[in-house]
Amino acid sequence: MESGCSKKLLDLIPQEKKWGFIENQNGISHGSSEEKKLELKLGPPGEEDEPLVSFGYFSSMKSNAKQAHNKFPPAQEDHRGGAVLTASWAKNHHHQPKPPNCSQKRTAPGPVVGWPPIRSFRKNLATTSKLASESPPSLPHKVAIERKPAAPETRGKGLFVKINMDGFPIGRKVDLKSYDSYEKLSTAVDELFRGLLAAQRDPSADGPKQEEEKVITGVLDGNGEYTLVYEDNEGDRMLVGDVPWHMFVSAVKRLRVLKSSELSVINLGSSKKGKMVQN
Amino acid sequence: MNYFPDEVLEHVFDFITSHKDRNSVSLVCKSWYKIERYSRQRVFIGNCYSISPERLIARFPGLKSLTLKGKPHFADFNLVPHDWGGFVYPWIEALAKSRIGLEELRLKRMVVSDESLELLSKSFVNFKSLVLVSCEGFTTDGLAAIAANCRFLRELDLQENEVDDHRGHWLSCFPESCTSLISLNFACLRGEVNLGALERLVSRSPNLKSLRLNRAVPLDTLQKLLMRAPQLVDLGIGSYVHDPFSEAYNKLKIAIQRCKSIRSLSGFLEVAPHCMSAIYPICGNLTFLNLSYAPGLHGNKLMKLIQHCRKLQRLWILDCIGDKGLGVVALTCKELQELRVFPSDPFEAGNAAVTEEGLVLVSAGCPKLNSLLYFCQQMTNAALITVAKNCPNFIRFRLCILDPIKPDPVTNQPLDEGFGAIVQSCKGLKRLSLSGLLTDQVFLYIGMYAEQLEMLSIAFAADSDKGMLYVLNGCKKLRKLEIRDCPFGDAALLEDVGKYETMRSLWMSSCEVTLGGCKAVAEKMPSLNVEIIDESEQMEFNLDDKQKVDKMYLYRTLVGHRKDAPEYVWIL
Repeated sequence: MESGCSKKLLDLIPQEKKWGFIENQNGISHGSSEEKKLELKLGPPGEEDEPLVSFGYFSSMKSNAKQAHNKFPPAQEDHRGGAVLTASWAKNHHHQPKPPNCSQKRTAPGPVVGWPPIRSFRKNLATTSKLASESPPSLPHKVAIERKPAAPETRGKGLFVKINMDGFPIGRKVDLKSYDSYEKLSTAVDELFRGLLAAQRDPSADGPKQEEEKVITGVLDGNGEYTLVYEDNEGDRMLVGDVPWHMFVSAVKRLRVLKSSELSVINLGSSKKGKMVQN
Repeated sequence: MNYFPDEVLEHVFDFITSHKDRNSVSLVCKSWYKIERYSRQRVFIGNCYSISPERLIARFPGLKSLTLKGKPHFADFNLVPHDWGGFVYPWIEALAKSRIGLEELRLKRMVVSDESLELLSKSFVNFKSLVLVSCEGFTTDGLAAIAANCRFLRELDLQENEVDDHRGHWLSCFPESCTSLISLNFACLRGEVNLGALERLVSRSPNLKSLRLNRAVPLDTLQKLLMRAPQLVDLGIGSYVHDPFSEAYNKLKIAIQRCKSIRSLSGFLEVAPHCMSAIYPICGNLTFLNLSYAPGLHGNKLMKLIQHCRKLQRLWILDCIGDKGLGVVALTCKELQELRVFPSDPFEAGNAAVTEEGLVLVSAGCPKLNSLLYFCQQMTNAALITVAKNCPNFIRFRLCILDPIKPDPVTNQPLDEGFGAIVQSCKGLKRLSLSGLLTDQVFLYIGMYAEQLEMLSIAFAADSDKGMLYVLNGCKKLRKLEIRDCPFGDAALLEDVGKYETMRSLWMSSCEVTLGGCKAVAEKMPSLNVEIIDESEQMEFNLDDKQKVDKMYLYRTLVGHRKDAPEYVWIL
């Protein structure tokens, strides 16, 4: 399982420089075999021999590999080669960037904190314009109302946030106070939308609904068809499960269930989540 | 030696307006210092923690205008927790207690409470101008206090602040006697405003030159406002959605045509692209056009609009303009000096994003280009080299490739050579932001060639400490250095700690510096505040010197450790 996992990870991060997995999409510079990559990562530490002037991409990247290894000695203890990234994440308390997307998708990297460097004001413009094009032209001000940050309501002791699912214009509300962990939230999301999904898939189904309904799993670990994201109090979109539960609850303003294929770094999420989320 | 009486010197100093020059003047001799300090009216403080309000007041009793900046730049990108600091209240409190006749306050990235706005509004009889940029912590109640109490208010300029909008009534708080407004900008407010009050306010403000509305101001109000204020020079349109066949639209066309003085146009917070033709009559005079909040405007409509703007000097746009659209800019806007291209869809695949092609086109067509902020999908060394040749006059060059470590897609090389060409060619370069795949080499070039560089922003770059060392050794005029996610560690940090005293600040996050390294800097340099920002509670339990530091912010100061830091900030 480990090597399979690592192979998948490495395929997806061809240009990941920081941790020395340098491998170009065109396969030039140093070797593209899995073993070579593993070798670079698990090579001996402490080599200082970087060329002052890089004669080529290869030599500078090679030094990266050594450099990268220096940075993450904990990775040695963890024998999952591909999970060098994971280990460093779990053990490093600061945010490491999620490596950029695989070559298959021409997308920007996923939600790295503070990247791209634009102010919150500018982040939700695209969403707003999508809403504008979807909403009927006779209601231009609907966009204005949507534009306001979706603040969670507190009815009495509850903390209700809106949750929308891709493909369904009408959202739901969940009371975050009634869950105390990500797992429970995930179950709730499944229960909320499972029926809707089934109806959408086969609206004319005659058979018993029970068999048609597919359980929605893997929203937190990136393995499923859907992934759970949220918008925080700064308007940023984040993967659910990144931070301790109580921090999440205090920061979350609304939730979305996105198709995982739409998300830029899904498999990355899977390797990370395996280690990170234990709330 | 003074050959002239003090008054003459003072009069001469009146002509010296730049802060840098006035600072230099004050260093010449004691008597010049004295004359300068009594005659100084405008003070700029780039880091509010570098000096205390008391010392400011003591030195410049004639102070009329104060500019203060609080949080570090990376706070714009949510890398700094909200309550890190930068509170303006102590400043206003101290100034209020003194005899200072404050007339203008300009704040950037500071925390401004309603309390402080209220105190401000009541403490300075001649207060004229309030400019808040990227601030937070206040509500429209604070604005109401300003409106109500500042009898001679000329300028209320709110740019991209986080304001808790309690809706409505603050505009009504401007008394009928208030007729002095020259500039009113409330585009960043999200709530409704009292439209009637707004119309009346504009009607009784004959000197109004700059008006920027928020999205709650509908078209027919815009039309009425323009009829009452045809003298406007700067207009920010809120909502621009309407039916092109309506009476309201016809009225708007007429109103706009009367506004022959408009040179600057922005806003379009909601826009219907088929209605842009009403704007054409004033496009020919525009020197500044900001469409960066209007994703609904793209394609042919956008290009047609641009084609009318032959005198543009500054253009802020979204990347949905595409490379083709930038080609139109290159053909049309020969006077262009500043271009900013923002991402319209920062987190997802952009169909209409821009690439190196657009930038090359603009560089070829607009020889006066000197300031750039460019978010793009990709960049090549060849393109950067061409841009460097075409435009040697860059003062600001900020390139953001959305994938932060993307190499040149044609050659798969890092972008060292491209940026190297920029710094070598643009001898006056003061500000540089790097992105894409970069090795230590680019920093060697920067250290060698970027002699005028004052601010450098680095992310996900370099291979080793050498990168940082090249910069610290080479860039003699460096004032602000901000670094994230680079492999720079203690060796680089500690190489020349004296250098930091010549700079305003250094930010390093997700790098390799350790707690021990930061402690060493703090110990060697008592004139610096070395702050560790760590919200993860790790610092509580594990104070091992070898531990890597999440975020470090150090800055020179004359007043030692600040007392208002929250619990997750450690000042070493």
